[in-house]
Amino acid sequence: MNRMLSYKEKDTWLHRLSGVTKLIFFLLWCITSAMTYDTRVLLVMCALMIALFVMSRTEWKQISSVMNVVIFFMIVNLLAIFVISPYQGTDIYGTKTVLAPFLPGHDITAEQLFYEFNVFIKYITITPAIFIFMVTTDPSEFAASMNLVGIPYSIAYSVAIALRYVPDIQDDYRRIKNAQEARGIEMSAKAGLFKRIRRTSAIIFPLLFSSMERIDVVSNAMELRGFGKKKKRTWYSQKPLKRNDWLVILFSVLFTAAALVLTFYDGNRFYNPFV
Amino acid sequence: MSNKFGIKQVVAIGIGTALFVVLTTVAIPLGFIPNTALQPRMAILAFLSAVFGPLTGAVIGLLGHALGDALFYGSVWWSWVFPEAVVGIGVGLFAKRFAVEEGGFNTTKNIILFNIVQIAANAVAWILCAPVLDILVYAEPADKVFLQGVFAWLGNIIIIGILGTLLLVGYSSIRGKSSSLKKED
Repeated sequence: MNRMLSYKEKDTWLHRLSGVTKLIFFLLWCITSAMTYDTRVLLVMCALMIALFVMSRTEWKQISSVMNVVIFFMIVNLLAIFVISPYQGTDIYGTKTVLAPFLPGHDITAEQLFYEFNVFIKYITITPAIFIFMVTTDPSEFAASMNLVGIPYSIAYSVAIALRYVPDIQDDYRRIKNAQEARGIEMSAKAGLFKRIRRTSAIIFPLLFSSMERIDVVSNAMELRGFGKKKKRTWYSQKPLKRNDWLVILFSVLFTAAALVLTFYDGNRFYNPFV
Repeated sequence: MSNKFGIKQVVAIGIGTALFVVLTTVAIPLGFIPNTALQPRMAILAFLSAVFGPLTGAVIGLLGHALGDALFYGSVWWSWVFPEAVVGIGVGLFAKRFAVEEGGFNTTKNIILFNIVQIAANAVAWILCAPVLDILVYAEPADKVFLQGVFAWLGNIIIIGILGTLLLVGYSSIRGKSSSLKKED
């Protein structure tokens, strides 16, 4: 099982930003990256992201295991696009420049390569953004700052519980898996489909039922402490928004607006170098 | 059960999301279609929606998928996040009818209803929402995303149909023994 990206305390300006600032930036950034296929905008975003990534002082070992999975999926996806739709680029850009004949119906065209290059740099704009968000944001400070900007504290609390219990349930999962393996349940990849479903359920059943019990215990404890009685609550780890927070929020909004205007200025979300 | 958003829902969303996230990597690959596999976490989503209702199911689906993708794969594929909420809402709408916590799920009628609902909800989610969002948001090729959508739908209805049903039957029969009395409002 992969090790997760988790928060690590460091003293950079990215760590000092409020969690909600980073969330606003992250969401706007994702929307921009999803909407645009303008290569110029994407390249600027790549450059910015790499700069931010360096500034967050993230070490390679914090992200290496996840990074390998990302690279794997990226390669599979890029190959799949070529195998299933080799002329997607031609459809988009309207021209067809064959660089090299490959298999029948699968010529390598400049348009396709350019389109897949765009898909590739999209990965580079998004992936570091998520890494930075995960490794620089303290979960309980994040819940507090969500409440600060007006999200009901019950929802903020749900998110905090989710982040808090991921490692616990991961431990449970490992413990149950080891126990079932000790009892001789086949875990190798050789078994057939239905056998695999059955052996997975040997882990899922105890894991789910113990989680249901945990829901009971935690909600009883919270009820005893009077959770949800009052309209408001205070937070131990709350930080007010500072000057840098407002600057980052302002920058994200302006950047998103500018990127979208530039993208849709010519009535099309693609930047076409072929015309 | 009351309709309001109670403490139990808050905790169920939190722990349910954590569970969904942890099970992100537990997948039985279908192999020939990229990024598509039988996901036991879908059975968990269907289970929690059937027990705690549509709102809880929708939030677990959204949060769980986004967080899980972010934590394990390092990129969030938004067009596949929102269909999770569709599944959660679809199955959750019938939570009162299923009455899982009261031990009422173990009737043939409810089991059939659960499976019809989950097949329909998954169809809307993966054959309609996911590919359309893929094309609108990511400009992916249409034939590829519809193919992926159909396989995701098949994978999900298989895993929810088998594992989800078994989980609900199992849980409901344990709960049924201890709560044959009903609380007066």
